[in-house]
Amino acid sequence: MAHAASSTAAGVPAAVRVEAPPPELEREPLVLNQRSPGWITDHIAGVAEGKTPTWWWVAFGISASVMTVCFIMLAYLISTGIGVWGLNHPVAWAWDITNFVFWIGIGHAGTLISAILFLLRQRWRTSINRAAEAMTIFAVICAGIFPLVHTGRPWLAWWLLPIPTSNNIWPQFRSPLEWDVFAVSTYFTVSVLFWYMGLIPDLAVMRDRAKSKLKQILYGLFALGWRGSNRHWSNYEKAYLLLAGLSTPLVLSVHSIVSFDFAVSQLPGWHTTIFPPYFVAGAIFSGFGMVLTLLVPLRSVCHLEDIITKRHVDLMCKVVLATGSIVGYAYGMEFFIAWYGGNPYELDAFKFRAFGPYWWAYWIMITCNVISPQLFWFKRIRQNMWAVFIISIVVNIGMWFERFVIIATTLAREFMPSNWGYFIPTKVDILTFVGTFGLFLTLFLLFMRFLPMIAISEVKGITPQADPHHPLGGAKEGGHHA
Amino acid sequence: MSTARPVYGILAEFDTPAAVLHAAEAIRDAGFRRWDVFTPFPVHGMDRAMGLKNSPVGWFTFIGGATGFALGQLMIWWMNAVDYPILVGGKPYYSPLSSFPPSYELTILLGAFGSLFGMLFLNRLPRLHHPLLKNRRFKQATHDKFYIVIETDDPKYSESDTRRMLERLGSRHIEVVEE
Repeated sequence: MAHAASSTAAGVPAAVRVEAPPPELEREPLVLNQRSPGWITDHIAGVAEGKTPTWWWVAFGISASVMTVCFIMLAYLISTGIGVWGLNHPVAWAWDITNFVFWIGIGHAGTLISAILFLLRQRWRTSINRAAEAMTIFAVICAGIFPLVHTGRPWLAWWLLPIPTSNNIWPQFRSPLEWDVFAVSTYFTVSVLFWYMGLIPDLAVMRDRAKSKLKQILYGLFALGWRGSNRHWSNYEKAYLLLAGLSTPLVLSVHSIVSFDFAVSQLPGWHTTIFPPYFVAGAIFSGFGMVLTLLVPLRSVCHLEDIITKRHVDLMCKVVLATGSIVGYAYGMEFFIAWYGGNPYELDAFKFRAFGPYWWAYWIMITCNVISPQLFWFKRIRQNMWAVFIISIVVNIGMWFERFVIIATTLAREFMPSNWGYFIPTKVDILTFVGTFGLFLTLFLLFMRFLPMIAISEVKGITPQADPHHPLGGAKEGGHHA
Repeated sequence: MSTARPVYGILAEFDTPAAVLHAAEAIRDAGFRRWDVFTPFPVHGMDRAMGLKNSPVGWFTFIGGATGFALGQLMIWWMNAVDYPILVGGKPYYSPLSSFPPSYELTILLGAFGSLFGMLFLNRLPRLHHPLLKNRRFKQATHDKFYIVIETDDPKYSESDTRRMLERLGSRHIEVVEE
């Protein structure tokens, strides 16, 4: 391109001819086999239409049973008291805040894919953004449970909101915990808005295809009367761009504020400035891990290989590799600063983390988060769906341990030896956490059964058939329009 | 039918985005005003082909966001410094810095509401009852067909001339849509 520009420097606009790249450099298409817009509509909508497959019922039965365990444990906790958990002085933020940060982190991939990749014009996002946004919403629901029940008296949780109470006291806005209330609730609301807005044209697709009266009414109600008018698309696309622009700083701010819960405190191991970027990178890392865990099996079960192609999986693996490497760098840098900063408490906290009684958790974290994603340097591993699926699960195991290591090891060893302790979870702790996976998967299965799990109109829009300047879009060879 | 219902407009179907784009350019140049293009996905370059101006939805976003930020700062100042001052760690009752994160989140929250509801307001949605939604053929507009609809309200509309123009522009199926 550069030499083409310099050749016209004389002022005479020579006919600039962009040569096609050599075949080995040509990118694979985002939708394979030149599928037509009609095929894309039929295929994606077909996942939510038709007879419910057997595998869905099996998966739903298991997930719903596990979800029930979560609800039973929560009922037991609320009716009995926080003593049924293993947390105690000095580790008062233990299992539950670990789970909160874990789920919130998973929730970050959806908005990253829908907002940041949109602003960066990464067109491959269209095949995965809908499912990732749904995953975000469900992950934030799972996350929200834990701080709520951690308060001990969840029926008073509304004291966190700026609502007048009989005590006449307002929330204390200097606390990062209060910032977190605003960050997480805004994140949830904006994620739902963004998701719903993306769904409007696709709900119209479902409405126009619906056979039964009930479906016509329900899809029609939520489609708000969308007709695909270009005057509407014009406003819609601008609003979508603005929402993406708003969500980008939002997604970065939410996990930064979650990290402030720790970083603004005075404890060695928590009081570091590296936390916001390190938490955000970790969140994206775990979120993409979860997207891969869900979509790698779904693309073959639902026969979506032409839309969620191996190239999509490859690109997601590369994001996992990049963010995993940032996380690994942050682990190293924490140790370096603990030594270089000359603070004996800080250094001691890190020695304790890696070589103290929690050494096993630390090295699980390092193995899963730093070593396992490095396998994605190899294209053969990125193309092997079983390998990708297993590594994506390993990544999320590692990210859970990261939060556990940060929270438990720091609190277990405070400044005074009389304040030292060791956290052991109870059965209730473990079953509640396992149960949230049931909740998460139940919601996801319901979503994919009733709503188009891939953004139909967006995928159609990136095909060559949708481009009015492409021969497949009807353009005449060498055609030009004003 | 002898008791014909009033006619809403004329509907022309096209098969490719290029065909509908060129037809839209011709209709824009012919000076029609009350007409629209319906596509299953946003077609690149269609805004210019229709002669549409830049969407004003950004103003709703801006007003929402500015309201959110001001609301956040004022709320925190009033709650923590005026109505019930609490001294924490010898810090000022109100500081724009510590109240920044919640205000920032409110900026985004109300900005997002402004964008979505501004878009819906500009599009006059929700509108669940519309002549086009009753048309069976028009259901393809969310599938893989492209439509141009010229309303009878348009001063340049005339059933025979408009139909002839749309035929000339390459539409292979033209029908009249009742109100």
